[in-house]
Amino acid sequence: MIERIVRLGRWGCETLESLGDAGIFLVQSMFGVPSAEGFRLWLRQVHFVGVMSLAIVLVSGLFIGMVLALQGYTILVDFGAEDALGQMVALSLLRELAPVVAALLFAGRAGSALTAEIGLMKATEQLTSMEMIGVDPLRRVVAPRLWAGFVALPLLTIGFGVVGVWGGQLVGVQWLGVFEGSYWGNMQASVDFIADVGNGLLKSLVFALVVTWIAVYQGYALVPTSEGISRATTRTVVYASLAVLGLDFVLTAVMFGGLS
Amino acid sequence: MFDNSGWESERMTDSPFVEVEGLHYSRGETAIFRGVDMAIPRGRITAIMGPSGTGKTTLLKLIGGQLVPDAGRVRIAGEDVHALSRKALFKLRRRMGMLFQSGALFSDLDVYENVAFPLRVHTDLPESMIRDLVLLKLQAVGLRGARELTPAELSGGMARRVALARAIALDPELVLYDEPFVGQDPISMGVLVQLIRRLNEALGLTAVVVSHDIKETLSIADYVYVIADGRVMARGAPDELDVDRDPRVRQFVHGEADGPVPFHYPARDFHADLLGAGGPR
Repeated sequence: MIERIVRLGRWGCETLESLGDAGIFLVQSMFGVPSAEGFRLWLRQVHFVGVMSLAIVLVSGLFIGMVLALQGYTILVDFGAEDALGQMVALSLLRELAPVVAALLFAGRAGSALTAEIGLMKATEQLTSMEMIGVDPLRRVVAPRLWAGFVALPLLTIGFGVVGVWGGQLVGVQWLGVFEGSYWGNMQASVDFIADVGNGLLKSLVFALVVTWIAVYQGYALVPTSEGISRATTRTVVYASLAVLGLDFVLTAVMFGGLS
Repeated sequence: MFDNSGWESERMTDSPFVEVEGLHYSRGETAIFRGVDMAIPRGRITAIMGPSGTGKTTLLKLIGGQLVPDAGRVRIAGEDVHALSRKALFKLRRRMGMLFQSGALFSDLDVYENVAFPLRVHTDLPESMIRDLVLLKLQAVGLRGARELTPAELSGGMARRVALARAIALDPELVLYDEPFVGQDPISMGVLVQLIRRLNEALGLTAVVVSHDIKETLSIADYVYVIADGRVMARGAPDELDVDRDPRVRQFVHGEADGPVPFHYPARDFHADLLGAGGPR
């Protein structure tokens, strides 16, 4: 019994310590004097984590919008409310599905790649050699990736939402025959830019920070062996996915649950 | 290759450039160093030798400020490495170069860009001058013709030579060599030995060579420290070590398989072990 308590205490201390480390790591990486070279590195990472994730995010958005319309229509038509399809698709996507699913896809596509890349740089002593050359890897390697993720994911989320709404229109209007005017008209009347689009983007910004932070920290702090890289990559996807879903509940409760 | 003997004599003095005082360092429960003292003279090649696993590379990392000691201090050019802020430490590191065992070249850059990297980040030199400097450094290590290759296309020996060119790109005052001869064929090893010696003579830089390759290291070192059991076991000029009477030093310097440093890792009695006294494994 005592041993279990000791183990629990040790686990608590270690978790707190690594959270503290991760916090210091985030602050040291994110804040620094911007430079032209830093901008160039950031742009390259935006291409790597953003542009390269575009295909998977847009295709997923299209299918999710189409499925939403299909499922929504079969329920709404029973009540003669299929005209509200546009409203349903848009609100589901903008408030929830676009930020959450885009973040989950981002964690799997870009997050794991960031962890593996930084981890391999650590395992091959590239980070150490950079330190010995007098270049801070937090500024040179980690900061451009963190900022790239912070910018890329909200943009991907916008793309996801737009394509999803279009996919819903394809199925609802073009295939199932919902009146086009009511699809777009109801959407326009019910979607509030600040409350729905704004809050969805705010969620996306929070997810972007958390997912990228977890990915780069896992890469930077991993045990530099092949097993260590494999474990850290897995941890990135698991922790980031859980963090996104957990935070989504909290943010939804605050934004839409009447708690604010 | 180089000829600037006047400058060399000016820089080469016996005042210590790196001072290690009462260094203690543990990894978990294991004590790696238990009071190490060293004075590494300016402008000389100092070798730190010892059997595998004695913490030679750890000592380099402590000198470079990558690890923090439990007690004691390291001073480079009078500055206490572990009392410096992160920014000041990075500034101090611009005065050092380090050659890693693996080369540690940046895999996303070619040979030319790897050598140009320190120049680009720490200087505002025009591109034409960076080019001249990179070609000079690559010429010094004999790899000017390999400038367009990527690290993946280099052999182990070539990678280490490129890493050496990168380490000296900013003309550092101190170069730390981590096992420079490990895994090299005799030709590459000869080239590296010659390069380290020539660089030291021509540029007058202070060199710390961590190695257990006795013949090669003793052939270029001005002064040698032998560490074992967390302490400095012996120190002196190479010829003094050769005649050292300490059985541990003799065993190491003459490469004897068994002696005070046992051939066998500590284990229970072999006979009892074979009879399964210690359990299933």
